[in-house]
Amino acid sequence: MSHGRDTSPKPYGVVAEFDNADSLLEAAKKVREAGYRDMDAYTPLPVHGLTDVMEWQDDKLGWVVFFHGIGGFMLGYVLEWWTSNGPDISSTALQVNGLLPYPMNVGGKPEFSLPAFFPPAFELTILLAAFGAVFGMLAFNGLPKPHHPVLNATSMARASSDRYVLCVEATDPRYDEDEIYGFMQGLDALSVERVMTTEGY
Amino acid sequence: MADTPVDKELLVGEHTNASLDATIGDIVLNPATHNEPKVKTPIPGLFSSPWQIMFGIGFVFVNVLLLSITMLVWNGIGIWGNNQPVGWGFDIVNFVWWIGIGHAGTLISAVLLLLRQKWRNSINRMAEAMTIFAVMCAGLYPLLHTGRPWLAYWMFPYPNWLAMWPQFRSPLIWDVFAVSTYATVSILFWFVGLIPDFATLRDRAKSRFAQVAFGLVSLGWRGSAKHWYRYEHASIILAGLSTPLVLSVHTVVSFDFAMGIVPGWNVTIFPPYFVAGAVFAGFAMVLTFAIPLRKWYKLEGLITMKHIDWMAKVMLATGLIVFYGYFCEVFYAYYSGVPAETALLHNRIRILDAPYSWAFWVLILTNGLIPQLMWSPKLRRNLPVLFAVCTSVSIGMWFERYVIIPISLTRDYVPGAFGFYTPTLWDFAMFAGTIGLFLFLMFLFVRFLPLINIFEMKELLHQIEHDEKHSNGHAGNGKLVATTEESGQ
Repeated sequence: MSHGRDTSPKPYGVVAEFDNADSLLEAAKKVREAGYRDMDAYTPLPVHGLTDVMEWQDDKLGWVVFFHGIGGFMLGYVLEWWTSNGPDISSTALQVNGLLPYPMNVGGKPEFSLPAFFPPAFELTILLAAFGAVFGMLAFNGLPKPHHPVLNATSMARASSDRYVLCVEATDPRYDEDEIYGFMQGLDALSVERVMTTEGY
Repeated sequence: MADTPVDKELLVGEHTNASLDATIGDIVLNPATHNEPKVKTPIPGLFSSPWQIMFGIGFVFVNVLLLSITMLVWNGIGIWGNNQPVGWGFDIVNFVWWIGIGHAGTLISAVLLLLRQKWRNSINRMAEAMTIFAVMCAGLYPLLHTGRPWLAYWMFPYPNWLAMWPQFRSPLIWDVFAVSTYATVSILFWFVGLIPDFATLRDRAKSRFAQVAFGLVSLGWRGSAKHWYRYEHASIILAGLSTPLVLSVHTVVSFDFAMGIVPGWNVTIFPPYFVAGAVFAGFAMVLTFAIPLRKWYKLEGLITMKHIDWMAKVMLATGLIVFYGYFCEVFYAYYSGVPAETALLHNRIRILDAPYSWAFWVLILTNGLIPQLMWSPKLRRNLPVLFAVCTSVSIGMWFERYVIIPISLTRDYVPGAFGFYTPTLWDFAMFAGTIGLFLFLMFLFVRFLPLINIFEMKELLHQIEHDEKHSNGHAGNGKLVATTEESGQ
């Protein structure tokens, strides 16, 4: 936008608060059946079946971990192979002193000792795969993110303790705030509230 | 996911999500008024709680550690008792001992997660913390044993002016990779487990400082269903990665010995026997901390007698594997027909003419015989007895490494090169110092981080409630619970 960021409050969504996981699941099911697509739930513990109800799935993480693991394994063996009997690359474009292989004859074993080189390669496989799992999970989840519009809802204060919060987001194509507000009030919720945001959503 | 009912005895008393938050979270957020029992002391207010006393002891010995490190760096490792023919003394004994203690944490957090053992939920956080602190203590020893710890980076592969690379065929370099990976992955796993709990503490905290601090470390966790989905995915993957990792770490540590030609070291049973010994020592240490902590912080309803009982059973089972390993060592020594191996065995066990045989028999007593008390359910549930047995196991596991490492080195192939090993004051000071560091870090952890995984306890509670709702008319219920109990061994 030419005149700076638009900071006027915009609707983020409507949230409903429940006091147990089963009511939340039930409500999520009804909201989904009513045709709403963009929703999320905020719970103090993982509630199994919730993402199924939301018809949401994301299994990219497994592949990220897999390729990190392969990368770690390759890194380990390539490093060990190259330092033992690889080509000298110190005079190439890299121009780094010390990038020379250093062949060692240890007890007459081959310079590329495949079995003896396994443990470091294995450990690097695990290390990189673990990085993939942790940082991949955080990246896909968009964390760290100190503030999120849904935290403007008062019911979110207890969503990490004993409240189960369901949110229908304003990005939903069928979003009509008053309609969804009324719909959620019929869902046996403890409270229903509208959430506004000033962030660029 | 898990349809098998969980044992109701894993959670004693009335609990709700909010009460779990209060019981666990307030140890951190509200230590003055909550759960810290007072004891009478000469100076009122000072050392009036178990936390202050234990932290104080830890602090004193951290200073002993700093002093001994200073002395060591100033004078060189000549101040230790290591000398030809014993190049590996207390430093390596303590390294292996500490690494072993760490293994129970990974076993509880990873292997039991893969096996869907819900009883891990209340002990995994504490055990993982122990893993990290034990690996920190362990890592100090090889680092300082180099004599010039500021050059430790030489062990890593990096381009350098000498054009030298690590000797990748050496188990010592494998150790560098294994232990550093283990430390990194353990910290990551621990931190991932803490994120939702940090969010709970952030929302529960009253003081601005605590809100901001926990807010930062919680990374803005908001418990989104989509986040939980990936979170659980990542947790199970990390558990799957940590399981082969933890087995590899002590295997590689055992290779430091098994790949050498020293009589008493060159034994093929070392990898499994070291791993079992590590789990054995680790569970003993978890119990050593769990027994007092659950009492001091009134956590008996969360870390129940069932947990204690099952941990004692795991300890007994792994202890038997270790005991079997001792028999195997004796068997190999005779069956191999190698004179040096037989001589080494006699040098270990013959009471009259072997100078260190006392250490072997202390080992058999503390590590082999005393843990057999755990066959009795009554003694398993008797906390003072259990505590004493765990202490005995910790001592025994230390002696195991002492018997294997320096004593094998005192007499190898050439009688002219036989020698003795006598640890010095500084050996003991450094050992006491790392125990102090461990205590110091453990009690910092108890003070500043939730020592039980809050959200996993809520999951357990949720599942127990769920089971109760659906248990009517469920005929095989009792049987399933019994199966869970069996698999707890």
